[in-house]
Amino acid sequence: MKDTAIEFKNVVKSFAKSDGGRQKVLDAVNFLIPAGKTTVIAGGSGQGKSVTLKLILGLMDPDEGEILVDGENIVDLGSSALKSHRSRFGVLFQGSALFDSMTVYDNIALPLRERTDLSEEDIGRKIHQTLEQLELDGAEERYPAQLSGGMRKRVGLARALQLDPEIMLFDEPTTGLDPVMTQDIYELFADTQQRVGFTSVIVSHDIPRVLNLADQVIILQGGKTDVFDSPEEIQLSEKEHIKEFVKTTMGQIYQSRLVEI
Amino acid sequence: MQNNPIRKLGDIGLYVLEDLGRMGIYLLRMVLGSFKRPFRLAECIKQIRFVGAGSLVVIFFTAMSTGMVLGLQGYYSLSKFGAEGMLGSAVSLTLIMELGPVLTALMVAGRAGSAMCAEIGIMRISEQIDALDCMAVDPYRYLISPKFIAALISVPLLTAVFDVVGIAGGYIAGVHLMGVNPGSFIDGMQTSVTNHDIRLGFIKSVVFGILVVWICTGRGFFVGRIRGAGFGAESVSKVTTQAVVLSSISVLIFDYLLTAVLL
Repeated sequence: MKDTAIEFKNVVKSFAKSDGGRQKVLDAVNFLIPAGKTTVIAGGSGQGKSVTLKLILGLMDPDEGEILVDGENIVDLGSSALKSHRSRFGVLFQGSALFDSMTVYDNIALPLRERTDLSEEDIGRKIHQTLEQLELDGAEERYPAQLSGGMRKRVGLARALQLDPEIMLFDEPTTGLDPVMTQDIYELFADTQQRVGFTSVIVSHDIPRVLNLADQVIILQGGKTDVFDSPEEIQLSEKEHIKEFVKTTMGQIYQSRLVEI
Repeated sequence: MQNNPIRKLGDIGLYVLEDLGRMGIYLLRMVLGSFKRPFRLAECIKQIRFVGAGSLVVIFFTAMSTGMVLGLQGYYSLSKFGAEGMLGSAVSLTLIMELGPVLTALMVAGRAGSAMCAEIGIMRISEQIDALDCMAVDPYRYLISPKFIAALISVPLLTAVFDVVGIAGGYIAGVHLMGVNPGSFIDGMQTSVTNHDIRLGFIKSVVFGILVVWICTGRGFFVGRIRGAGFGAESVSKVTTQAVVLSSISVLIFDYLLTAVLL
């Protein structure tokens, strides 16, 4: 893999408004996501965080611009090329997106059954290994509705990891979790990333906590991006909208670190 | 500017065209998905059980009551011309060519189509379909095609059951209640129903089955893009109602078109 996993070049994405006009969610956006590192995409509601993830996955196309993944432009790819593009990714969705009618085991086995030629025995072995690593032993036969929010996230992560992704995308991974569970989940992400070595892209508005994981932070606001190499760099920014962002969201950052100490 | 009626009309026209295009591509992908490997045989059987076997009771009662009403109404009309002996012919032709395929499709739309739409819609809003896409699993092959194959097999079979039960209902009403001669009832049926009539009923049932599964799963699949449907659980509920209404109306329109072309 190259040094840069993902690159946005002058990406524009807009949506129709009810008055017939269009709202630009991303307005000629440029940024790089380094390979093997953790990038946090932060910003308020409706600023285009989830849209950015969907663009990376090819679930929607930009109006203008290029999106390079491992050097290849993924805009307007055909369906078979898109399939191969998506197989590089693992995604943990906001609501985990587990299949309600399947057990935990079947949920995790789905990508292996559909995308590999592994025997059921090998699939079982691989799943049990993952369940053990994610402290989900004994949950195999339970249904998603019988799991806590934190367990659902773990199962979602287990499923996303089955095809050994090069890049993991986390969409608001701690929404709806209590602070203790949130901390556990972030520790789990950090451990798993260290173990597996994938590139992480985390979209979150849980600013104080998630920034502790970040090697790079991208702040989306008003259709534009600001890229920072560390959370501390954000605090030093002279831009007015970043100062406002710091004031409203990061006031708690040092407090959260004090709590950890 | 936004209240300009011409602009609104153009806006609606563009939306309808976009929706038709989207649904057309969806139909194509649904059909193509049925030929893609690996086949989901167990899921197809599960869906056949749901669409077919699960609808048998509804079909039985609908067919029996329809057949009996046809027997009584037919007797009343035919007796005015002294043609009670033609009752078997009238009941069987009406059921095989018209009411069997149409009422079966309407019952399947109401019972199984609504459930399919809600299931796919919920999967869409809870990102389960996006999850399939992200795992590079084709959602058409994985989710939609087993339902399509199930409808393709089940609806003609249910129609056949409807025809048989309906004719039995007509026989009970005509022969046992109104005293029509059983021999003339059976003979009228045998001499008037041709292979062409049965073929017409079969073609209708196949087309209606495709229409119901296409519209019902398609509305659920595109739940977020349907104008006026709103978001979340409310959107699934609105789209489910819309799917049943649209598929029922389409069945009735196609019934006329197929009759006009094939009769």
